[in-house]
Parts: sequence; structure tokens; C-alpha cells
Amino acid sequence: MSGNEHDDCVIDVRNVWTQFGTHVVHRDLNLCVRQGEVMSLVGGSGSGKSTLLREILGLEQPTRGEIRVLGVSLQHGVAEEIQALRNRWGMLFQEGAMFSALSVFENVALPLREMKTLDEDLIHDLVMLKLKMVDIEPRHASKMPSSLSGGMVKRVALARALSLEPELLFLDEPTAGLDPERSESFCKLIAYLKRELELTVVMVTHDLDTIVSISDRVAVLADQKIAALGTVAEVAQHPHPFIVEYFQGERGRRALTGLTA
Amino acid sequence: MASSPFAPVAPPALTLERASDGRPAVKLTGTWSLRSMQPVAQSLRQQLAAHARQTRDAHWDLSGVTRMDHAGAMMLWQAWGRQRAANVNLRAEHEGLFEHLQAAPMQEPPAEKFHWLTPGLALTRPLMVLGRHIIEVVVLLGRVSLAFLQCLAHPSRMPWKEISANVYRTGAQALGITALVGFLIGVVLSYLSAQQLKAYGAGIFIVNLLGIAVIRELGPVLAAILVAGRSGSAMTAQIGVMRVTDEIDAMAVMGIPYTVRLVLPRIIALAISLPLIVLWTNAIALFGGMVAAHYKLDISIGYFISALPEAVPVANLWLGLSKSIVFGILIALLACHFGLRIEPNTESLGIGTTNSVVAAITIVILVDAIFAVLFSDVGVP
Repeated sequence: MSGNEHDDCVIDVRNVWTQFGTHVVHRDLNLCVRQGEVMSLVGGSGSGKSTLLREILGLEQPTRGEIRVLGVSLQHGVAEEIQALRNRWGMLFQEGAMFSALSVFENVALPLREMKTLDEDLIHDLVMLKLKMVDIEPRHASKMPSSLSGGMVKRVALARALSLEPELLFLDEPTAGLDPERSESFCKLIAYLKRELELTVVMVTHDLDTIVSISDRVAVLADQKIAALGTVAEVAQHPHPFIVEYFQGERGRRALTGLTA
Repeated sequence: MASSPFAPVAPPALTLERASDGRPAVKLTGTWSLRSMQPVAQSLRQQLAAHARQTRDAHWDLSGVTRMDHAGAMMLWQAWGRQRAANVNLRAEHEGLFEHLQAAPMQEPPAEKFHWLTPGLALTRPLMVLGRHIIEVVVLLGRVSLAFLQCLAHPSRMPWKEISANVYRTGAQALGITALVGFLIGVVLSYLSAQQLKAYGAGIFIVNLLGIAVIRELGPVLAAILVAGRSGSAMTAQIGVMRVTDEIDAMAVMGIPYTVRLVLPRIIALAISLPLIVLWTNAIALFGGMVAAHYKLDISIGYFISALPEAVPVANLWLGLSKSIVFGILIALLACHFGLRIEPNTESLGIGTTNSVVAAITIVILVDAIFAVLFSDVGVP
């Protein structure tokens, strides 16, 4: 390996600018996500967390700058390389984004069937394994997404995100809309899967408990760039007004007590 | 430690060797992951199955596998007959994968049980569905009628704004397409009849023929079909999406009955705008017919207009307009009915919209036939 600082970045966001008309969302933003870590993106509403996530996923293009994922440039890369990249990541959308016309089983099987070379027997066993990993019982496999509870939709969506054995997992508000107990167990599930599958996880969230319980590093988006980056404990000490309000507010202190204890 | 995500992946491979004790040994190397296996999945599977069959007591050496995921492990697992082979040598970090497989129940989701009534039910189901639709439409009509009576008693509750917006959307915005279609139908009808009438020297009767056909029959039905396709589908989709996004429940919680706010204004609006559209379509279709007659039969537009009241009793116009009021009510009622039945998934929205338009057009033609039979002696000179 050369001495280049970008070498060990699985996701490498370089000098990204995002503008909607005259409104600047990201101004010369840099971010590096290392392999095997859980990175949380935090920021106020409208700070551009979701936009950054969508740019990393190639759903939107930044105005300027470059984003490299697993060494492939989303701006200057070859189309086939970028296409191959899409089989190496999984995304859990906030509302699950289940295909409402397909059953739970078919939802998880869809990306596997798209590979075209796997036989139905293997797909079946793999799907049941993934569902088992996210604690969905086999009897729910034939149900339609509309008849599932919110927590189950999230878990099935996670199974679908994991069905292609991704190296990278993106989570958008993974615990939003779950009750505290469910969100606690969902965090445990993600931590467990991350350990088992050697995943690199990027997560956008508001929930302090989620951040504290599973993230290795936190990136705070404020003032159109990454205002602070480090472990939860490091970031919590940062003097930026947003961070002070966020982490030192009552909710923040409550969540952080778990960290120091 | 996981291998570098940037490193090129070695393809999965397996070789058959003899172990030191003389037993066969299957040696696996490379990356056994979903992506690396994808191009060669079929042949790998066959090779594995062949080895597993031939050499039941084989020694499986997986220590050369650099990377393995669930898909790779699953493929081996299936080759071993969904159990762990007797002699397996694998890396410690891959041990966990097989533990998952051991723990995972691979049972089928329970299949639907066959019941001796099933074939019978399959035959009667369409009838039952139709029956349910009819009952629901009647119930909806009843609720809307009650809402209408209440609004009549308290005119301040009448959703005037919604009615006006819907009249604009279903009426004013439909003028263009109905004019175009009406004009072309008028031209075609006049042109074809002119050829036949000319053969009998009865060219002058083009006025009677066109007048009766357009005003009594074609105008109302044509406009109703166009509006059913255009506004009916829009109404179903609108109400359907409101259903999907829980907006209708939100209204109910606020104490705003959806019959008053959503269904009633649409029905009243279409009952107002469809007759107006029909008048407009009639006029344009007759104009198209006049133009064609002028060129084909040398009947001047002035003569056509002056002969029209003589040839077509005015009862035909009233019949056509009253038909179109009924059509308007039915189209809006069916559109709302199908919209309210939509379930929160994309497929249901598509099916609901299609059904709404098909049902509306069918019912328009059905009711038109009833009108034709009931009023067969009205307006005929």
C-alpha cells in the first residue's frame, strides 16, 4: 500500500459540493468510511444527511467532487463497474420500500433471482436463512408486506438488503417508527449481523440511543460540511453549537450515561 | 481478518485428491461467495453433487478457501444433503457460517390445503364478487344521498368549492379532447351516410340522420365514454392514493365524512359537467357533419341549420341530456366506489383504476340500452 490517506477508505467522499439552485447543501465535504466500521451520519433536519447517503448510493449526483465506493468512482467509473458495485451493497430504506405486489419470500428472493444463474433450490434455502437471521418465522414468508407490522417490514427489508451478501450496508433511520424495545433489538440485530458478516455499515439516524449502542464513529453534518468526526465520546465533547445542543441536551445526556457507565 | 475489499477475487475451484490415509479428499480453494460463484454456479453445483455422491466418506478440505459467505456455505450444505459432512476441515472464521445453517429450519411455508369445495367456489366467486360490488355501490349511493339531503337542509355544509373545482377539472379541461373526437365522428358519419343516401337520391335526409344519431345517441354515449376514461380513472386514482396514505382515515378522525367531502362533490360535479360536455360534443359533431355534407352533398351549412329543428324533435335533446346526467352520476359513483376499495399496495391501485373505467363504460352502455328501450317512442317524428 502506498502512503495515500485514501487507500483504506471503503467509501471516500472527496470535495463534494451539492447545490439545489442557489441553496448550497454540501460545501467541499470530505468523508472517509473505513472497512468494518459502523459510521453514523448525524445532523439537523435539512443538513443534507439523506442527500449525502443518496449520493453515495448513486441515486443523486453531486454538483462537484467525487465519490468512490469500494474503489469505484461513481462519477468517472465505467458503467459496468458501477453496475457490479450495486451487487456489493445493500440499502435499508426508511419505510422499508418493500415491493408491495410481492410476498415476503419473493421480496427477499428477487435480487437472487436477478442473478439468473442460481437454481431455485439454493435461492429458497438462502432466503429462508436470511429470514431466520432477521428473526422472521417461516410461516410469515408467504405473507404480503401490507399485512406485516412496521417492525417486521423493517426486518424483512433488512433481509432483502442482505440477500446479495453485501460488503456494505446502508441504513436510513433504521429505528424510526419502532418502539424502544423493538429498536433496541433491531440495534442488537444489526450489531450481530455486522459482526457475523463483516459488514461496513453507514447509517443515517436521529436516534441517540441507536448511535450510542452500535456506531464506531460518528460524523456530524452541520454548516454544509462534516463539523465533527470521531467516536461518540470524542464527538460529544466538540464545542460546535449543534453538537452541544444535540449531545448535551437532556436526551443526549441520558443516552450518553450508558456510554460512560 | 477479512480480505481487502479492493483485492481481485480468486474464482472458486475444487479438486479431488487422495489424502494420506488413502481416502479421497475434496480440496476447495478460492473465494466461495455469491458474486464469485455467480458465473459458474451451475457447474460448481454439479461437480459438488457428483463428488458428494461418489465419495461418501470423503475428506472435505476447506482450509484453502479465502472467503466464504452464506451462499457458498449453503451450496456445500446442499451438496452434503443438508447436514454436515463427516470429515470437514475448515478455517475457524468460517465455522460460524455452518452453525447458522445447522440452526436454521428449512421448512416450507405451509401450503394451502385443498378443500373439496374449492372448484365450486372458483366458479361462484365471480358472481359473489359482482354481488358484493353491487351491494357496496348501493350502500355508497345511499350514504351519498343522505349526505346530499343533509347538505340541502344546511346549504352552508355543501362543499361548493370542491364541486366547482371538479366541474372545472371534469368539464372545462375536457373540452379539447371531446371537441376533437366529436368533430371527427361527425365527419366520418356524415361522409359514410352521404355515399349511401346519394345512391337513393335522398341526400337531404342527412339532416335527419345526423341530427337524431348525434343528439339522441352518439353525443351522450361518446362523451360519457371519454369522460369515464379521463375523469373516472383520475377520481379512482386520487381517492385510492388518499386511501393508501391514510388521508381518508385522517378525515374520518377529524369528523369530516368522506361522503360529503370526496364523493358527493364528484358526483354533483359530473352530473353538472357531463350534460354540458354532451351539448358541446353534439354541437361540434354536428358541425363536422355539416362540413362533410357541404362538400359531399352540396348541402349548405345555412340550410342544414335551418332544417335541423324540423328534422329532430326537441325531445331528443332532452332525452340525450337527461341520459347524460344519469351517466355522470354513475361514472362518478363507480369511480369513487373503486377508489375507496383500493388496498395499500401498488397492484391494487392499478387493478382498481382499470376496473373502474371498464365498469363505468359497461354501465354507461347498459343504461343507454335501457333508455333506448324505455323511450323508444319518444322524440321520433
